[in-house]
Amino acid sequence: MSRTTGVRLAAGTALLLALVACSSPTNPSGAPADAPLIVATAGEPDTLNPVLNYGVDGAALIFDGLVSRDERNHLVPALARELPTVSDDGKSITARLRDGVLFHDGTPLTARDVVFTYQAVLDEKVDSTLRSDLDMLASVTAPDDTTVVFTLRYAYAPFLQRLTLGIVPAAAFDGQDVNKAAFNRQPIGTGPYRVTSWTPGDRLVLAANDRYWGGRPTNSGVVVAFVPDDNVRAQRTRAGEFDAAELPPKLASGFDTQAGYRVHKTPTADYRGVMLPMGNPVTGDVAVRRALNVAVDRAAMVNGVLGGAGEPAYGPVPPSSEFAEPAVAGAPTADPAAATALLDAAGWRPGPDGIRVKNGTRAAFSLMYPAADSLRKELALAVTADAKKIGIAVTPEGLTWDAITPRMGSDALIMGYGTPYDPDFVSYKLFHSDFAGQGFFNPGSYASEVTDRALRDGRAEADPARRKAAYATFQRQLATDVPWVFLTYLEHTYVVRDSVNGVVPRVEPHEHDVANSIWWNINTWTRRS
Amino acid sequence: MTAPTRARRRRRTGAGRMIRNRLLVAVPVLFATSAGMFALGAASPIDPAQQYAGAAAFTTSEENLAQIRANWGIDDPLPVQYLRWLGNLLRGDLGWSTSRHEPVADVLAARAGWTLLLVGAALVVVLLASLLLGTLAAYRRGGWFDRALRTTAYAIQSVPSFWLGLAAIALFALSLGWLPAGGLTDITATSTDVADVARHLILPVGVLAVSQLPWFVLFIRDSVADSLRDDHVLAARARGLPGRTVLFGHALRTGLLPFLTLIGTHLPELVGGAVLVETVFSLPGLGAVTVQAALGSDFPLLAATTLATTVVVLAANLGTDLAYAAADPRVRLE
Repeated sequence: MSRTTGVRLAAGTALLLALVACSSPTNPSGAPADAPLIVATAGEPDTLNPVLNYGVDGAALIFDGLVSRDERNHLVPALARELPTVSDDGKSITARLRDGVLFHDGTPLTARDVVFTYQAVLDEKVDSTLRSDLDMLASVTAPDDTTVVFTLRYAYAPFLQRLTLGIVPAAAFDGQDVNKAAFNRQPIGTGPYRVTSWTPGDRLVLAANDRYWGGRPTNSGVVVAFVPDDNVRAQRTRAGEFDAAELPPKLASGFDTQAGYRVHKTPTADYRGVMLPMGNPVTGDVAVRRALNVAVDRAAMVNGVLGGAGEPAYGPVPPSSEFAEPAVAGAPTADPAAATALLDAAGWRPGPDGIRVKNGTRAAFSLMYPAADSLRKELALAVTADAKKIGIAVTPEGLTWDAITPRMGSDALIMGYGTPYDPDFVSYKLFHSDFAGQGFFNPGSYASEVTDRALRDGRAEADPARRKAAYATFQRQLATDVPWVFLTYLEHTYVVRDSVNGVVPRVEPHEHDVANSIWWNINTWTRRS
Repeated sequence: MTAPTRARRRRRTGAGRMIRNRLLVAVPVLFATSAGMFALGAASPIDPAQQYAGAAAFTTSEENLAQIRANWGIDDPLPVQYLRWLGNLLRGDLGWSTSRHEPVADVLAARAGWTLLLVGAALVVVLLASLLLGTLAAYRRGGWFDRALRTTAYAIQSVPSFWLGLAAIALFALSLGWLPAGGLTDITATSTDVADVARHLILPVGVLAVSQLPWFVLFIRDSVADSLRDDHVLAARARGLPGRTVLFGHALRTGLLPFLTLIGTHLPELVGGAVLVETVFSLPGLGAVTVQAALGSDFPLLAATTLATTVVVLAANLGTDLAYAAADPRVRLE
């Protein structure tokens, strides 16, 4: 009996396998023009609620903010009828809402929804990390159904840049805990796409919002595939599953020669650099910091470590920003002669082992990096090699963040930050002496009165020309004091199918997943069949 | 009452008593595992609030993070946290996953099924294939089939399953185009229909099965080869029974007994392999979230997945013991 059953089972399995093998595989390259566009990314959001940090910098596909950004990252009105107006003292901002905007469930957008969204961020019961970015916001009110007034604790010039946060419908949260609401997985917004389904770990399916205030999307929908592993994502791209995929530079370069695909390199404001703490006897000496700054070979790092997908960095304001100060840019290659001259002049003399010594102190320090981050590891090794050439002994140490944080006050660290939108955003907390030693804000306790004043002027001044002057001062002072050795700006690389029209790369922040990737304007993309 | 029925009844009450005893043992085991989980979590230096913030952790102020920790109650003393978790568990509430931002019960409901399907299907393939291949290899020990099988088994054993998965994708999905490279359904599919999921599971199940197969095949081969020299097998052959009947009916059956235990003890390894396979084939199973939970010190989710795994292993052990008793008349359930 068992034998015949076994034989039948085997035959059945073989038949099934044969059938499966015959059925044709997925081949979306021949997909009809109205099929949804398919994009792949590594980063899956934990939630789709803007209040809990989903797509806060706009281009959130499902949501709109009061304002959004065009291809040059300039603010344009979105749910606000025109750009919100700022009072003369800079502490009151008034937004008038666009008429006739509907949420995906058909209910109209009112000022109450905007007030609810921002109050939820400020509510201490809500687990929102966004509260740190809105610490200037005192209150939000709605004098009538189409007007919203933001009141600030202090004049804050770049406040409009914080209004890209997606607006959620207040009614969807009636009597619910925002942290645990079903909305966080099945959100309702005003954006060009509504959520059809979200299978965490697999994909997010979006359908075109036919009643979108900005005009119906030019495609029927978008599928976002979540593929965390880079190699797997590259393999699946090669198999033809995706119209656009985010890939690391080295994997993306494999598609340069593949017919039907184009590789896009997108500039970012995402920089990597070495934080040099003032509390360390070696890195606390400005001569050592300046010497390191000219001794590192940034061009070699861009070509070697980043595979060409990046550019040298000399400060925290990216060259693409209108606030960038060109005077701080140095030479992309190393200048060991200038570095050794700086060290000699400051009294750091070569010791018997080639490492310099001053007053009995060896020019040696530890350079920490998060062990799991291979890019930062390679940068740390490159810095170590460059420093050795000028007689400074750097010991690279790969550690976990919990081992790194207690040592940040006395040991150097490879860090990364950057946002393209306003120079105040990260730099204020990173370089102002008020934040010295506060966690990841200014961990090296850098303090300069000139920098402090420039940063304060930059956020308080409303006049663009005076802001620009303040940030020019700030960048020059950083270049003089060198609290960080800035190394490179990264580029994000994407592989996009040739048959897709409408791709417009723009400068990206560090975060790029469902929101704010090369598909920021996917609602205007089309596909040639 | 005839003798055979009495024997059967004694056997059945024996099985009942064994299940009862095992359940009594299971309760303290589950307590110990969950308490151990919490103790390990407390010893972990990782801050769940920073993990929750992700990249935003670097721009989030310390007060902001402290407020989030306070909202979660994770600054409370460990015994308080454990008792609160236990109380909720008894009320049927598994708690809130801080790394997934959803109830633990929802995470399990959405994902455990796919992992079970993957592991279950792979186990069936492993069992059928290892029994067949191992027995055939044992029949002509040292023959070309035996040698080839052993060489292949050692080769596969030394290859990481991650690599095996990528190689399978390169061959079957990219070169031949027969099977999809990953995911649970076609990327444009609007629903999860059975045929589509089955087609997507062939490669992951195959890779998981092949990566676990060597151990089982080699075991069966040795076990059957040994029992081919047993007295009762030699006697069967001497009675002139056909070779196939002797091989599968006598030798394999004796060789099967230790194999049952092997399955029970090998199950956790299969689950471990599933984690890697889920990653390679982008399957939304429990594997990826468990890793995420461990990295983010997400106790409620970790405790739940650990408990679930413990329950499965205990049940598997009970099952194999019962099967052992059924298969071997010498074993008595006392």
